[in-house]
Amino acid sequence: MIKKVSRRKFLQGTGLASGTLVLGVQFAPVFAANHEPMSFSPDVFVSMDETGQVTIISHRSEMGQGILSTLPLLVADEMEADWQRVTVKQAIGDAKYGSQNTDGSRSVRKNYTKLKEAGAIMRTLIQQAAANVWAVPIDQVRIENHQAIYQNQTIDFKNLVKIASTLEVPARESLKLKTEAEQKYIGKPGMKNLDAHEVVTGQAKFGYDIEIPGMKTAVIARPPVVFGQVKSFDASETLKVPGVVKVIEMPALTPPAAFKMLGGIAVIADNTWAAIKGREALKIEWDHGSNASYNTKDHEAVFIQALENPKEVVRNRGDVEAAKKDASKHLEAEYHVAGLAHATMEPPAATARINGDRVEVWACTQTPQAAQGNVMATLEIPKEKAANVEINVTLLGGGFGRKSKPDYVAEAAYLANESKFPVKVLWTREDEIKHGYYHSPSYQKLSGSLDVDNKVTSWYHAMVNHPIGATFDPAAKLAGSTDLGQGDMMFDVPNIKIALGETDTFMRIGWVRSVTNINNVFAASSFADELAHLAGQDPKDFLLQMIGSDRIEDFAADDFKYSNYGESPEQYPAETSRLKNVIQVAADKAGWGQELPEGTGMGIAAWRSFLSYIAVVVKVSTDGNKVKIEDIHMAVDAGKILNPDRVKSQMEGSAIFGTSLAFYGEITAKDGAIEQGNFDSYQMSRINQIPEIHTHIIKSDAVPTGVGEPGLPPFAPAFCNAIFAANGVRHRRLPLKNLTLV
Amino acid sequence: MIKLNINGQLTTLDVSEDMPLLWALRDVAKLTGSKYGCGKGICGACTVHIDGQAMRSCITPMSYAKDKTITTIEGLSEKGDHPVQQAWQTLNVAQCGYCQTGQIMSASALLANNASPTDDDINNAMAGNICRCGTYPRIRAAIKLAAKSTNNSNGETS
Repeated sequence: MIKKVSRRKFLQGTGLASGTLVLGVQFAPVFAANHEPMSFSPDVFVSMDETGQVTIISHRSEMGQGILSTLPLLVADEMEADWQRVTVKQAIGDAKYGSQNTDGSRSVRKNYTKLKEAGAIMRTLIQQAAANVWAVPIDQVRIENHQAIYQNQTIDFKNLVKIASTLEVPARESLKLKTEAEQKYIGKPGMKNLDAHEVVTGQAKFGYDIEIPGMKTAVIARPPVVFGQVKSFDASETLKVPGVVKVIEMPALTPPAAFKMLGGIAVIADNTWAAIKGREALKIEWDHGSNASYNTKDHEAVFIQALENPKEVVRNRGDVEAAKKDASKHLEAEYHVAGLAHATMEPPAATARINGDRVEVWACTQTPQAAQGNVMATLEIPKEKAANVEINVTLLGGGFGRKSKPDYVAEAAYLANESKFPVKVLWTREDEIKHGYYHSPSYQKLSGSLDVDNKVTSWYHAMVNHPIGATFDPAAKLAGSTDLGQGDMMFDVPNIKIALGETDTFMRIGWVRSVTNINNVFAASSFADELAHLAGQDPKDFLLQMIGSDRIEDFAADDFKYSNYGESPEQYPAETSRLKNVIQVAADKAGWGQELPEGTGMGIAAWRSFLSYIAVVVKVSTDGNKVKIEDIHMAVDAGKILNPDRVKSQMEGSAIFGTSLAFYGEITAKDGAIEQGNFDSYQMSRINQIPEIHTHIIKSDAVPTGVGEPGLPPFAPAFCNAIFAANGVRHRRLPLKNLTLV
Repeated sequence: MIKLNINGQLTTLDVSEDMPLLWALRDVAKLTGSKYGCGKGICGACTVHIDGQAMRSCITPMSYAKDKTITTIEGLSEKGDHPVQQAWQTLNVAQCGYCQTGQIMSASALLANNASPTDDDINNAMAGNICRCGTYPRIRAAIKLAAKSTNNSNGETS
């Protein structure tokens, strides 16, 4: 029930004009003594002050996906706020916001309802406040663009703040959320990035840009091989470099690596250049440890053997072996995708200041709560003192999963504590490439059978890689993850076997944008294309036939424990109709089936990942070993769309990220140490190699799903399928080392 | 002590001659709009104008920058309204934004020398600037938009 407040009391209230109405979307608000009066906590997403200025908290990290400009739309739209009177504030790391872990392409789906409800709570309270003023039933008051309206009278939100703040917060179940037709900002094209002006004027602050009084800058010479240690070191030349103030030995890393510091020798200086020069002057003798036995080249044989002898079958239907015996045609193929680094344009950076038992951190982190936990573990701060560790989230110059691993944040906190200076730890490009959490190299074997009618009767897909799990548990050997692009295939084939091999791990493995979907979907979608050509059929038609009837894929029927990205299959079913639709749309828009000149071809691939359905059609022209991308069409069904322009930008980014990994992405280790080090040995695609990218958004009323990652998996296979269509050469290994992208 | 002109102001910086201009700008002059990306002049994130030419500040020692006229993103326009900066906002070019100041400095130098660049001109001038997020098609479109708006305001046909 919303309390009625008399008109007289309302007028008294506005006269004082000191109120700030702060609403949380969870109930049982708790008054926090150290907050401004009338602030509520936890789960605070929106507030409004007596000038009517609305502050919306963005609790996820902005790394280029536009979340800072997108999540607040949900609140502002639902509460009918004037976008010009909205301030968006980046949240610090605090469990009261719920998860802030900005990865897994889930910020929208995890917050859609609760942020809409936050806006609706605010709107309802304003509406009731106005109803009380006019002494009319609430349903006679309309709320529009920062105004309450009754007949020909209006009251600005600012004059309703005080009274609204005295009302009881309505129950979530009682809220009436807007219909799609009533939405003003959500789903509309042309929403501008909130930080656009700061970005183009150089005022935007990234982790690298933090400057606090008395701060020193640190760079660290880390062990070339993971779990290697400093045997001895001589810093005498380093300490002669003008500007160098301290040299500190970091604690050695012991398994599991997790998010712990890598160890090494830190050089602390007055400026970055002095720190870099000081590091160059260090003389360090390393004990490289047991991982020095690892050579990427040599491990290929181990991988292949593991691939031939998989340890675990994770999805099984019918009898693949029997189907092979009855087959009219049978095909086997092995695929390889090399290891990958994140290569965020801004390398990891973090600044820490310690004052008594208070720790302040500024970092480009995807996960401020994990960063907080990591700082506490590093400095042995007990759990109950979490509030003493404040993690301020800067803008992120790219993330792609690297910045959800806060090892660098721990380094800053450790060095601030040891040196007694505020310290900014900067990773150079070489640090970023050589000391990453890599996407593992992978090997995959696929086989498939066709019957006399060229129908696919069996599908076998085995994969082996260094599992991410080994970063957290050294005993983990089984490849992962089948859920991402392997077991979750949606082909209607009577006999299916999905298997994993196992191997040891010798470096830090992590998640890179779309994770094992990168290699799994490359292999699966390339192989689907190979089967189409074996059957002598059009690859697009063949793909649609393999997917088959309209249905909800029942993975559980094949004893496959599919995680569905952590969501229930009831709420987020795997619908074949939606997958087929994006294929058809992308193909139609790209002009699939048209006559193409000699040496030119189109390729297609489609997958459901991160609960979204994406199809890609790439058109290439080839001339000997030269390949030119002529055109890219992407169709995306991600349910309801909040910010269409940012969906498009994510598809554009995925295609370009895909181009880089297909052509250049290769991380290799020699004697345990990573051989690549900068954009010369680990290259990126350039503007001259990238054509226009056309994104086609499917209109949908389905629950919203992710867009940051799912555009990436189908790109590389569509690209390689296009090369095959153009010149008949099948590429089963990435990167495409023998080709030149022009 | 090294004297140079930064964004129209005669400035004296207490830095060594071998310090790259990038770190002098960022750490000493406190102008952090120019970004570090590679330290080798191969990604373009650090691009500034030196005597009007787009150059990589991460490999330009202060001994070279001495007495020269430097324009950084902070000094490209007084109100942040250079046609390139405007076009970038109109087309929502940036994703993470980190490389964009370097992109804008390269683009503005291109337009200063070539009022109506073709796609090839743009690709050639911008190929030294990496964007990992993948904004290349929008960068191309924004440069053309900036060229068009500049030419229109100059009374020329585009």
